[in-house]
Amino acid sequence: MTESPELKTTPLTELHEQLGARMVPFAGYLMPVQFPLGVLGEHRHTRAKAGLFDVSHMGQLRIDGADAAARLETLVPGDILGLAEGRMRYTQFTDETGGILDDLMVTNAGDHLFVVVNAACKEADTAHLRGTLGDAVTELPDRALLALQGPSAEAALATLAPEAAAMTFMTFRAMDVAGVPCLVTRSGYTGEDGYEISVPAADARRIAERLLALPEVEAIGLGARDSLRLEAGLCLYGHDIDTTTSPVEAALTWSIGKRRREQGGFPGAARVQAEIAGGAARRRVGLRPEGRAPAREGAEITDPDGRTIGRITSGGFGPTVDGPVAMGYVESGFTGDGSEVRLVVRGKPMPARVARLPFVTPGYKR
Amino acid sequence: MTVKYTEDHEWIRVEDGVGTVGITNHAQEQLGDVVFVELPEVGATVAKGDASGVVESVKAASEIYAPVSGEIVAVNDALADAPQTVNADPAGAGWFYRIRLSDPSQLDGLMDEDAYKSHAGA
Repeated sequence: MTESPELKTTPLTELHEQLGARMVPFAGYLMPVQFPLGVLGEHRHTRAKAGLFDVSHMGQLRIDGADAAARLETLVPGDILGLAEGRMRYTQFTDETGGILDDLMVTNAGDHLFVVVNAACKEADTAHLRGTLGDAVTELPDRALLALQGPSAEAALATLAPEAAAMTFMTFRAMDVAGVPCLVTRSGYTGEDGYEISVPAADARRIAERLLALPEVEAIGLGARDSLRLEAGLCLYGHDIDTTTSPVEAALTWSIGKRRREQGGFPGAARVQAEIAGGAARRRVGLRPEGRAPAREGAEITDPDGRTIGRITSGGFGPTVDGPVAMGYVESGFTGDGSEVRLVVRGKPMPARVARLPFVTPGYKR
Repeated sequence: MTVKYTEDHEWIRVEDGVGTVGITNHAQEQLGDVVFVELPEVGATVAKGDASGVVESVKAASEIYAPVSGEIVAVNDALADAPQTVNADPAGAGWFYRIRLSDPSQLDGLMDEDAYKSHAGA
């Protein structure tokens, strides 16, 4: 096991190693990329039953104050004022040019907002939030985050927290899980039904082990997390979205509420509003190569005549699709479903078509 | 019959001047689940060290380098529909191609099993 001393660990690192995970550096953390089941097996198990993911490297924060929602709206295009108690929403931090600084989940937890951001961005995000919200922002470093995903997630979590079964997609409840006070959302990043469970660090291992003891639950690594989210058509920050992409280009316009589109009031609003009104020059789309060879991040996308029209931002093999899948940005004339394009793999143009996202039908419990 | 190994974790098993080429068990373990294999054309001539195919796993694409120079005389077409054979039986049914050696003395520069085990850190 190659452990660099500078890599951070999570409350479950030791458990992963005991389970035989292959550990890799990820966003400054030592994280499991796969368990002995392997990436394909873990992916398929999550779609068929339930997978348990350690996402404790992600940043958890709370924002207090009566004006928390209004002040957060000055940083994100999402409708936070309109977010009812007990509900959560996906949004992005935008910069003055309309680029994306990070994407995040915001939950109205009643007396505060509960925010989850990406591991690689969490320090910058915290500073960014404090620049506007000051002392109202509190980091929650003593909490682990577990994601339980898949069609058996409800039955599995119900063994420790019966109340969880009654929740619907993108809702939040504070509840005891195996007697431990947790913050539970019915959400995830795999395209499956499931939960994310914010748990005190000291209790994380015990709860993880209780879940893993159930026959339908397997430990899942970052490798399968990536192929699951790719099939679900979900963006990975730093790959599919970054400061060079706007939410409209990224096909995330659905996450911008009507009032925010009209009123603006978030960084880069002028560009976002102009792109909503007049269309963006390029857009993120799904891509299905016609052969079996995967086309990966960085591969050039051309039109059938060989003119460059974009680039792949995520690509690989989709185990549930049983074939290669990718996402990338293409010029506005090529965003229609079925548009014929070429993906340049090892210098060779491979035929592919623009495909509707997601690649798999989501299992969300509405 | 001789089995030799390259630093890039290919094996070559030579019989009657024809070598069968694949990747080692260590290599398939490092790659993870194999999902696609690109093989050379039968009749192609390759030089030692040339990229002579690609093996794609769930994680990444890796080139297969020709362990010796020669002409490709057969490829394992079964891998097109069952690339996972490379994981299940890397030293047997998961072979990639057969090559007629143009310079059998090149084998002398490759590792034997003990040297390879040491190289792979086994």
